[in-house]
Amino acid sequence: MTAMVEAKGVHKLFGDLHVLKGVDLTVEQGEVCVVLGPSGSGKSTLIRCINELEQISAGRMFVDGELMGLKEVRGRLHRLSDKEIARQRSKVGMVFQRFNLFPHMTALENVMEAPRQVRRLDKAAAERIAREQLERVGLSDRADHYPSQLSGGQQQRVAIARALAMEPDLMLFDEPTSALDPELVGEVLAVMKSLAASGMTMIVVTHEVGFAREVADNVVFMDDGVIVEQGTPAQVIDAPREARTRDFFDKVL
Amino acid sequence: MPQPTPELIHARPVPRPSLWIWAGIVVVLVAMLVNGLLTNPNYHWDVVAEFLFDPRVVSALGWTLLLTVGAMLLGITLAITTAIMRMGTNPILRGVSWVYIWFFRGTPIYTQLVFWGLLPVLYPKLSLGIPFGPEWFVFDTQDVINAGVAAVLGLGLNEGAYLSEIVRSGLNSVDKGQWEASTALGMKRSTTLRRIVIPQAMRVIVPPTGNETISMLKTTSLVLAVPFTLELTFVTNAIGNRNFLPIPLLIVAAIYYLVITSILMVGQHFLEAYYGRGFDTEGTVRTKPVKGMSKRQRAILASGTVHPDPNAEVTP
Ligand SMILES: Nc1ncnc2c1ncn2[C@@H]1O[C@H](COP(=O)(O)OP(=O)(O)OP(=O)(O)O)[C@@H](O)[C@H]1O
Ligand SMILES: [Mg+2]
Repeated sequence: MTAMVEAKGVHKLFGDLHVLKGVDLTVEQGEVCVVLGPSGSGKSTLIRCINELEQISAGRMFVDGELMGLKEVRGRLHRLSDKEIARQRSKVGMVFQRFNLFPHMTALENVMEAPRQVRRLDKAAAERIAREQLERVGLSDRADHYPSQLSGGQQQRVAIARALAMEPDLMLFDEPTSALDPELVGEVLAVMKSLAASGMTMIVVTHEVGFAREVADNVVFMDDGVIVEQGTPAQVIDAPREARTRDFFDKVL
Repeated sequence: MPQPTPELIHARPVPRPSLWIWAGIVVVLVAMLVNGLLTNPNYHWDVVAEFLFDPRVVSALGWTLLLTVGAMLLGITLAITTAIMRMGTNPILRGVSWVYIWFFRGTPIYTQLVFWGLLPVLYPKLSLGIPFGPEWFVFDTQDVINAGVAAVLGLGLNEGAYLSEIVRSGLNSVDKGQWEASTALGMKRSTTLRRIVIPQAMRVIVPPTGNETISMLKTTSLVLAVPFTLELTFVTNAIGNRNFLPIPLLIVAAIYYLVITSILMVGQHFLEAYYGRGFDTEGTVRTKPVKGMSKRQRAILASGTVHPDPNAEVTP
C-alpha cells in the first residue's frame, strides 16, 4: 500500500528566506498526523506545499503515489499545467484558519460549488452531496444561511463540509480553531474527531495539544523549517527526547 | 412581589432652533427659485412643452440611450478583459493591456472621436489577411464603420480604459483567501474568477461604474466630433438654433438627462443590493466599523473578504 503523503527532502524558499529546510514526512492512509511547533516554524508552508498552494523549491512531494506539480519526461522535470494541478488538488481537501467561505453564497451553495464546477455534477446530484455533508457536520438547518449569518464555529464546519463534498482522499487543516472564540472550539474539534474516526487521512496543524493527544496517530514537532521529532503523542508530547521539543511543551502546557 | 412601575422620563428634547431656521431659509429660497423659473418669460415653458415630446427629440433620446448602452457594454467587456490580462502571468498580455490603458486614458476623447470619424478617409479599405501577405477579405471602411459604429467604438474604447482600472481595483479588493479556498478545491483560474472573485468584486465595481454610466450619458454629446448628429444634445441645439429659442430646448435636453440619470440611479441601487447579498447582516461585524460609514461599506468590512479602500467608494 502506498503512503498517502510522502515528502522527500522538501525545501521551500521565499526569495532568500529559507522556510523549509529538508522535510521528510510519511503519512499513511487513514492516519491522523498532527503538526505542532512554534510560530514561523513553517507548519503552514509545509501543508500548503502538499496541495501545491506553494511550489516546492527542492525535493519531491508525493500524494497517493503521484508526484505533485511536476512530471518527469526523459529524465527532465516539467511543470504540470494548471488543469493537471487542479485535478491533483481536487483530491486533497483543505480547511483554513480564517474559514474562507464564499460570502456571496449560502452554506449549501458553498458546499455545492466545487462538485458543480470541478466534478461537473448536475445540480440535483451536487445538492444531494452538499446536504449529506452539511448533515455530517450538524448544520442541515443552516443550509440557507449566508456565512455572515453563521457563528465562527458554524462557518468552519461549513468549510469542512465544503472540502468533504469533493470526496477527498486527504484532508489538510491549518489551525482550524485558532480564529474561534474558546467556546466554539469544541464543536469544530468534535467534527474533526468524528472525521478521524471514519478513517479519513488527516494532517492537522494546531495548537490544541489535547486534540493531538486524543486523536493523533503521529505527532510531528517542527522548528525552524525542519522536523525536530516525531512519534506517538505519548512519545513526543509527554516524553520528548529533543531539548527544543521539551522547551516548546514546557511553554504551552 | 409586583414591581412598582418606575416614573418614566418625559424630558423635553434639547431645543434645536437651527433646524427650523434652516427649514425657513430653504423654503424661501426654493419658493424664489420656482417663482423665478415659472414667471420668467425667457424660459418659454410653452416651447419646452411643445418640444418635449417632439418625435425628433424622442428619437434623439433613443439614439443617446443606444450610444450610452453600446459604449458601456463595449467598455465593460474591454475593462474586464484588460483587467484580467493585467493581473495575469503572461507578460505580453500585461503589456498590451497597459499600453491600451495608457493610450486611451492619455489622449482626449474628443480627438479620439475625430479620428474614428476620419478612419474611412485614413484607411479607405479594411482587409483581413496576413501582413505583407495575401488578403482574404477586403471591405470598404465606409460600409463597416459608419458614424454610429465609429461613435460607439470611440466612446467604448475610451471608457474601457477608465473602467479597467476600476475593475482591477475591484478584483484586487477580494481577499487572497478566496483565491486559495477555490484553488484548493481544484477550481481553475478562470472558474475562480467567474464564480468567486468577480461576483465579490462587483460590490466594489458597481458604484463607480454607475457613476461612469451617468457620465457616459452626457459624454455621448461629444460624438458630434465624429460627426454623429442624431443624439439629444445635437438635435435639441439644432432645433433651438433654427427657432432662435435655444434656452427652452436646452431645458428639454436637461429634463431628459435628469430623468435618465434618475432611472440609472434606481437601477444602480438594485444592482448594489443584488451584489451585496450575503453581506448585509449586521451583528457579526468582525472588523470594527468606522463612524460615518455606509451600511454597505460596513457589511463589506464585516465579511472580512475585502480591505477598506478609500478610493473605491465613489458616489455620484
Ligand atoms: N508567501 C510568503 N512570502 C514570504 N515569506 C513567507 C510567505 N509565507 C510564509 N512566509 C514566511 O515563512 C515563515 C514560515 O511561515 P509559516 O506560515 O509556514 O509558519 P507557521 O509555522 O505556520 O507559523 P504560525 O504558527 O504563525 O502560523 C515565516 O517566517 C513567514 O514569514
Ligand atoms: Mg501557520
